[in-house]
Amino acid sequence: MTLFYVFGAVAVTASLLVIAQRNPIHSVLLLIASFGALSGLYVTLDAPFVAVIQIIVYAGAIMVLFLFVVMLLNASQETTEEDLERRGAPGSPAATPGLKVFGALLALALVVELVWALTRASVGGDFGEGSVSSVAAIGRTLFTDYAFPFEVTSVLILVAMVGAVVLARRGTPGDA
Amino acid sequence: MIPLLIAQFGIVLFVFVMLLSSAAVMVLFERKLAARLQQRFGPYLVGPWGSLQPLADVIKLMFKEELRPAAADAVLFTLAPIISVTAAFTAFAVVPFGAETTLFGLIDEPLRLQVADVNVAILVIFAVASMSVYGIVLAGWSSNNKYSLLGGLRASAQMISYELSYGLSLAAVLLVANSLSLSDIVNGQSGTWLGFIPRWYVFLQPIGFLVYMTAGIAETNRAPFDFPEAEQELVAGYHTEYSSMSFAMFFMAEYINMVTVSAVATDLFLGGWHGPFLPESLGWIWFLVKVGAILFFYVWTRWTLPRYRYDQLMAFGWKVLLPVSVLNLIATAAMVLYFGL
Repeated sequence: MTLFYVFGAVAVTASLLVIAQRNPIHSVLLLIASFGALSGLYVTLDAPFVAVIQIIVYAGAIMVLFLFVVMLLNASQETTEEDLERRGAPGSPAATPGLKVFGALLALALVVELVWALTRASVGGDFGEGSVSSVAAIGRTLFTDYAFPFEVTSVLILVAMVGAVVLARRGTPGDA
Repeated sequence: MIPLLIAQFGIVLFVFVMLLSSAAVMVLFERKLAARLQQRFGPYLVGPWGSLQPLADVIKLMFKEELRPAAADAVLFTLAPIISVTAAFTAFAVVPFGAETTLFGLIDEPLRLQVADVNVAILVIFAVASMSVYGIVLAGWSSNNKYSLLGGLRASAQMISYELSYGLSLAAVLLVANSLSLSDIVNGQSGTWLGFIPRWYVFLQPIGFLVYMTAGIAETNRAPFDFPEAEQELVAGYHTEYSSMSFAMFFMAEYINMVTVSAVATDLFLGGWHGPFLPESLGWIWFLVKVGAILFFYVWTRWTLPRYRYDQLMAFGWKVLLPVSVLNLIATAAMVLYFGL
């Protein structure tokens, strides 16, 4: 239980610091720290496989991509609200007065959704004793009972990837 | 009689000290071997056969001034070598290096020569390897130097590309072994076929072994894939701005990573501590011999092959190594399904 509080405290603190940083690279690193703490929580829940996958997929693969993008865009300092206002840039709160209200509404909607979902979520599935810790059990469940959602998710990610490629592509197909 | 907990702590300390000294020994070994391959003598003045040279190097490094560029990101610049060296040490925690032993009757229950017997050991190694990318990328970025940044970017691109083939070659072995635990995998390799061929997975997975070794060189950023620190192009790559002990940490991490990659290759493909002539309790001698042989091979490769071009490295990784490892995985899966290995 002590470990739960230690990892939980690290995860929460790191997550809060993510949004408190001016430097996006520091944010990325704090997010990795938060993922690491989450992984620690999975270990205490007797799910080492999930813990390691959390590190490999999120902290390892996805965050490296994030870091890459942030580094290559050289977004070293956050553009502040004052900067935008001074320049009167489109999209700044000065240019569109309703933006702050819209943002607040979105935040409110998110909070309502979270509360609604969390109060109705059913905690604990019918996985049976000790099956989360067994790689074989996870694999069997994923490829039999949950095969359809699993495949649909992968198609969804593929669609997102194709979309990104189409959007990033300049000019007509064929000139590339 | 020593309680199990203290024995376990003893093993942790032992592994830590051995990894530290393995870096020093590897430096001397590499310099001596490189010298012999080039018909030179290598270090020979400090101590007999130059054996105290690493110690002299360490003392020199400790007394050097710790420099930091004025425009560097202070926190990340300090953190980067720490991440590198921590990841290097952590990966070895799940690597078993000997059979169960009672340490000559000092403890009641037999103890496995391993820091932590995790049942997802292979994945842990993979996860820690993906963490070690951060040390290099952050070093390159936080130095605020174009050579460092390019070195860091190259290192991460290379490690991400080769991690896939590395992971797939590991996956093929775990299909054959039917376990993710390294000690189970090693135990699956005891005995012989037809009485004289050892049951090592290298004979079941020859392609997997080749892919693993190639990807292992790229993962540890060694020649002929040492682009992150290609000195003719990038001065010293990601550690250009580092001096003194923070440079030493990168240096140490590189050699410890080599040792870990070799130790994992020994456990996965070469039967770990199993071998003829020696009893099970002295299996660690076989383990050391095999790891030494792979390390020799790494040094040999470095001084034999010239560095590739960067685009050749990427093309090789994505267009040759990855398809080969995918095909190897599919073929292995089909074989396991058909023969029920």
